[in-house]
Amino acid sequence: MTEKKEMAPELKEGLKAEFNKEWRKELRKSLPIKERTKLRRQKMPERKPEERNVDFDEVNLGLDARKAKKEARRCLDCANPQCVLGCPVGIDIPTFIKLIEIGDFAQSIQKMKETNSLPAICGRVCPQETQCEDLCTVKKATGTPVAIGNLERFIADYEMSQGDVYIPQITPPTGYKVAIIGAGPAGLTVAGELVKKGHKVTIFEALHVAGGVLAYGIPEFRLPKKTLQAEVDYLKRLGVELKTNFIVGLTATLEDLRNDGFDAFFIGTGAGLPNFMRVPGENLIGIYSANEYLTRVNLMKAYNFPEYDTPVFLGKRVAVLGGGNVAMDSVRTAKRLGAELAAIVYRRSRVEMPARVEEVHHAEEEGIEFHFLTTPTSYIGDEKHQVKAMECLRMELGEPDSSGRRRPIPIEGSEFIMDVDMVVVAIGNSPNPLIPQTTPQLKVGKWGNVEVDWDTMATSIEGVYAGGDIIRGGATVILAMGDARIAAAEMDKYLNTKKSKLQGTKSKKRRAK
Amino acid sequence: MAKILLRERLVPNIHILEVYSPDIARKCKPGQFVIIMPDEHGERIPLTIADWDRKKGSVTSVFMVVGTSTHKLSILKAGDEVPVFVGPLGRPSEIKKYGTVLCAGGCFGIAAIYPLARALKKAGNKVITVLDVKANYLLYWEDKLRAESDLLFISARDSFYDCKDYIPRTLKNIMKKESEIHRVHSIGCTYLMSTCSEATKPYGIKTIVSLNPIMVDGTGMCGACRVTVDGKTKFACVDGPDFDGHLVDWEELFSRRKSYFEDEIQSLCYWEKKEFP
Repeated sequence: MTEKKEMAPELKEGLKAEFNKEWRKELRKSLPIKERTKLRRQKMPERKPEERNVDFDEVNLGLDARKAKKEARRCLDCANPQCVLGCPVGIDIPTFIKLIEIGDFAQSIQKMKETNSLPAICGRVCPQETQCEDLCTVKKATGTPVAIGNLERFIADYEMSQGDVYIPQITPPTGYKVAIIGAGPAGLTVAGELVKKGHKVTIFEALHVAGGVLAYGIPEFRLPKKTLQAEVDYLKRLGVELKTNFIVGLTATLEDLRNDGFDAFFIGTGAGLPNFMRVPGENLIGIYSANEYLTRVNLMKAYNFPEYDTPVFLGKRVAVLGGGNVAMDSVRTAKRLGAELAAIVYRRSRVEMPARVEEVHHAEEEGIEFHFLTTPTSYIGDEKHQVKAMECLRMELGEPDSSGRRRPIPIEGSEFIMDVDMVVVAIGNSPNPLIPQTTPQLKVGKWGNVEVDWDTMATSIEGVYAGGDIIRGGATVILAMGDARIAAAEMDKYLNTKKSKLQGTKSKKRRAK
Repeated sequence: MAKILLRERLVPNIHILEVYSPDIARKCKPGQFVIIMPDEHGERIPLTIADWDRKKGSVTSVFMVVGTSTHKLSILKAGDEVPVFVGPLGRPSEIKKYGTVLCAGGCFGIAAIYPLARALKKAGNKVITVLDVKANYLLYWEDKLRAESDLLFISARDSFYDCKDYIPRTLKNIMKKESEIHRVHSIGCTYLMSTCSEATKPYGIKTIVSLNPIMVDGTGMCGACRVTVDGKTKFACVDGPDFDGHLVDWEELFSRRKSYFEDEIQSLCYWEKKEFP
């Protein structure tokens, strides 16, 4: 998962400067490495499985200050911190952790926000175990890395609980207008970065709530919506304008926005097109895409039906197809909505599942069944066209395919029937086609993904950048945010060169408010 | 939030809703729809755009009162606001000079077919309009539609019109009389559109229907609105809502529209109890 890469020189410099500060030297001396590696990892407190699998309250409860400080002591404060290399947005991990160790939480969150505008979200949904924590020196030494993700979450939640959110310094207005299309993790990140640089930032969002997949996809029990709302409110306080119910491509095209005076654009419209398996009977009643199921429950609050008007099926025997995080979210949601059988049906085996280990573990604790090496071949409906069973086929694993995972091969004659009354198809999404369809000059790859120069995130149109699932297909929140940080830096550069070009010309007038 | 400029009952159970939304008014075309959510606890539902005023910045829809959402819409007043009014969604209807085009609308579809008839007329077609109502007191916008039509027929089960035809029979009569009809557009309830398609099939006249499956986001993200057309799964919100009526799997559409039948009754009872204790 984590690629071996070189650290950017500025990042290296910054880390070094912090590392060499007096207080850091002293802190390192105060407790020898040997002692630090002896400390046990602080366990994230969580609600009991049988208590949590019936409601939508958060599963993880977060570390308290005492535990967070204890955990921070486990960090060795390495001279060459590998963890930072594993972070797609390049957070100065040792500094924010050491600030927690000395109890200076205010400084710690400031340090965090230099690179990450959405720490309360990342602390919850990033796959740290395959990124920063995977490269942690303590992991190499003891097998158990520093709980970087839990500490990130702690520091963000701590700030919110204080009610006083730190607002970083904002560069004086540049007069440039930036349009961000899609208020998902990528769009919110770009907005946070560019508003700090003094640009006038407007986010256009198709739905009525900001957050993208964080709002419609990730369930309340993993990411409370009030946490998301707090992060969005923070961006608004920085000066970001949010236009919901506005579909770029339909309500106005990108070209229209350019004519309205926007100078640079970021496309972060995500992978909003659900994939289906195209097997017979897939349109029977009771078969959902994960997007629809999760949107009904999370965004439309169908778990509070009829207090909220949007209904959702309360399946008693639910099969969720797929092995990713979205599949885990769906199956755990079904369990909470009263399913007697809530099962993952996955065509490969346990080790190939792309879901986070923590999510799989939580799902198992909550009573989720796993049917590996199984794939549906058709659905059977009743007289009302409601799904009542699915025919499945057993698989075995063959040679690795292009993804490096062993390819599932059907076992002939292994058909069997599984009784179900609801199915959720969670086998991935394709890039949202709305912007490509309505922006003729935009270069698009063969999967419908927007093509970019991966060093700058620039698309084929000048001043238009893109990042996240619209360029990657289905990936993760933190990769989207990594793209977004690169794009934001490049967009700032782009606008600044534009400025020097325009200086002394008439167009200066247009910029003046 | 989008502001309501007008909400009135046109005929029993059918209401007109005019909403201030300059962005949508500037962009919308015949055949497109909006998604509306009546209040913060509401459901997102699609409504076909029936008219617009680009100068005033307003968009008009006509809806029939059926479930909770439309009941909620039916008590809105001018000046009220709705949290979601987003669009224009879906592909616009194809407007070309075809020759003679028959526009068949019923129920809310009488209004929904209006901008289509207007655009087809403007494109140089001979427009024959057929409006289906159960009885004379359910007819609205007759004058508006007459102004855009070369011929206008009303099919009704009502002695007032001395007529007891459902729309397919009226269509058949017209198709027999008229020398050539090049295209049929049909908008209304699923039953009306399916029977119109059935009626025109033997004549081999291309019949376009505006499908109305259950939707959630309306932007292709969820797949709630999937329909089978010519054996392939399509998303009505982004691939449609216009499809060739002769290729639609109507039985599937009928069943999928009833997916939440019991929930809808429960929801409406809940709302009525709360609203009128």
